[in-house]
Amino acid sequence: METTAAPLTMPAAPAGVDAARRRRHLIGVAILLVAACVLPFLVGNYRVFQLTLVLAYSIALLGLNMLTGYNGQISLGHGAFYAIGAYTAAILMDKFGMPYWMTIPIAGAVCLIAGFLFGLPALRLEGLYLALATFALGVAMPQILKHKSLEQWTGGVQGIVIVKPEAPEGLGLSQDQWLYFFTLAWVVLMFFIGWNLLRGRIGRAMVAIRDQPVAAQAMGVNTSLYKSLTFGVSALYTGVAGALGSIAIQFVAPDSFTIFLSITLVVGVVVGGLASISGAIYGALFIQFVPNVADQLSKAAPWAIYGVFLLAFMYLMPTGVAGFIRILRARLKR
Amino acid sequence: MKNVFLRSLRGLAASAALAVAAISPNVYAQAAKYGPGASATEIKLGQTMPYSGPASAYGTIGKLHQAYFKMINDNGGINGRKVNLISLDDGYSPPKTVEQVRRLVEQDEVLALFQTLGTPPNSAIHKYVNGKKVPHLLLATGATKWGDPKNFPWTIGFNLSYQSEGEIYAKWLLKNKPAAKVAILYQNDDYGKDVLKGVKDGLGTAGAKMIVKEATYEVTDPTVDSQIIALQGSGADTFINITTPKFGAQAVRKAWDSGWKPLHIINNVSASVGSVLVPAGLDKSVGLITVQYYKDPNDPQWKDDPAMLEWRAFMGRYYREGDPKDASNLYAYITAQTMVQILKQCGNDLTRENVMRQSASLKNFKLPLLLPGMMMNTSATDFFPIQQAQLAKFTGTQWELFGETISTGAQP
Repeated sequence: METTAAPLTMPAAPAGVDAARRRRHLIGVAILLVAACVLPFLVGNYRVFQLTLVLAYSIALLGLNMLTGYNGQISLGHGAFYAIGAYTAAILMDKFGMPYWMTIPIAGAVCLIAGFLFGLPALRLEGLYLALATFALGVAMPQILKHKSLEQWTGGVQGIVIVKPEAPEGLGLSQDQWLYFFTLAWVVLMFFIGWNLLRGRIGRAMVAIRDQPVAAQAMGVNTSLYKSLTFGVSALYTGVAGALGSIAIQFVAPDSFTIFLSITLVVGVVVGGLASISGAIYGALFIQFVPNVADQLSKAAPWAIYGVFLLAFMYLMPTGVAGFIRILRARLKR
Repeated sequence: MKNVFLRSLRGLAASAALAVAAISPNVYAQAAKYGPGASATEIKLGQTMPYSGPASAYGTIGKLHQAYFKMINDNGGINGRKVNLISLDDGYSPPKTVEQVRRLVEQDEVLALFQTLGTPPNSAIHKYVNGKKVPHLLLATGATKWGDPKNFPWTIGFNLSYQSEGEIYAKWLLKNKPAAKVAILYQNDDYGKDVLKGVKDGLGTAGAKMIVKEATYEVTDPTVDSQIIALQGSGADTFINITTPKFGAQAVRKAWDSGWKPLHIINNVSASVGSVLVPAGLDKSVGLITVQYYKDPNDPQWKDDPAMLEWRAFMGRYYREGDPKDASNLYAYITAQTMVQILKQCGNDLTRENVMRQSASLKNFKLPLLLPGMMMNTSATDFFPIQQAQLAKFTGTQWELFGETISTGAQP
């Protein structure tokens, strides 16, 4: 999972070294997975619930990182896709009685389409202009969800209460533990897909568009298609995360998805490390736990403390946690 | 022979014990029983408050609660136990509320939740706390759905509910202006419909004829001018204004400027002088009617009221940074007093079941900061502590109480 965006100029490594590195990666991922499987048996249900949210956020951050880190497009409105995913799952469960596990792929598909369609016109805008367009989407989303014409589906300001899924019988897991493993399975799947996407030809094309759009186009990369598709896939990831998060929280309401959520996701991506797959996990840990720590330290100004944390992270680790770990590793090797 | 003697002795002992139990307060009669979060030295309560985010102005309520329990603890606590209120920030964001409340219940293991604030945050945890059987007490929101003992036996609200408020306006109209032609403007969401239902229930069958026109607006609308014109056009002479502050100010202004000038009832949500009536124009607000159930710290008639002096002394000693003009601080004081009463009533049985039972057995409980004559009552089937209020009229500078206390619901 330590793979990062391959710079275009990376010299081809000898086959032996490459295989060794790959083996190390696989071992690292295996250890991480074992740890992730043991963890919920060591802590209480409340912590398991928090970790489930971390897992859900990590999927959203990976999605946003594809867009921002790899493709260089800034989105300040990904909370909107998180909301669409969450509401899709909630409405399917609440109004159509669909089992929770079926709603996740549908939420992803809905967001893929929504993201792609929003991406088409918005992608004519570059950089900050795109950031503003997505910001508008993020700001508008809570009000759209409250709108009268959607009220019979969305439940208006009251939102929708979701029934918490029971763990399958015979496993001996609590509801929270089951939900954790369910979410973990999605994390593994989404990260595996993301890893394959970003490592190969598509990933290189995305990075090329970020770094040298003209050169990329000259090399035959269909820039606009790639950009809209990246937007769509990124929205898909965020939507899946939203659906998983809403099932864990058992409630969706417009106030759950304010612009602050979008900003939080951007913070997570940058803190975790731009253009880094593992960064999504570090970022998710940050956005889940640092506000709680800040609240513990000061009731009067929790967000000031949060700001101090953020500044400290950015000064000490300008390339995000993932970049910091990479540098540490390189030093240790020397 | 011996047997008989023993039996009678046992009987005597039992009756003596009974007699003692009857005389002494409950506190000493039974061995102490403790649920989660309670012990011989401590009672742990939890709450979420919007210390940050869009509703952070209400954060002062949580700060006052902490100051109040500090005072209680300084004076020896409740039946010798200190109250430890764990107050966490949820930023008025429902997912955060769920997370924080789960922490309070599963990690901190609080005995009960107290005054969690806001309708959306409380909606998010409603099912969870009832599933976990954690007392969810005196919520700081006016929605009527918190008083549903059948389906949610662990949740009990505090505020005068929106429906009760609507009912009070209706009752007053029936008595004082039975020939009124009523126009109603309401926000098209659960809150607006909640108040409207109260008005309609209160008017009853007679109401069908009294209401000549209804209009709604969306929170996203820029103004309510066209609605006011339409209501005016209906020929109504009475206007019930069920709006939130921004629209409340617009409606007050427009109803005056258009020359309509009806008997204007504005709901308590928009009764703030500073944020509604000043922007609308104080001269245009003269004669407005609203409902109140606790004393207004800015009302000169309570300037030397002993309860008000006590509250001010508390503010000066324990909560100096709080604003004594902010009615939220007075509201918070009343709710904390009610919580203390419930815990006192629990005696030495500090289980979650008993806390809930005592919350639902407030009997004619009076607090000096409530308006004169008001009492709180709850029962196993009545989860609405506040069901009485008095009307107030705006004089151009302040709200002035008038008329008698009006009750709703099952109360006398």
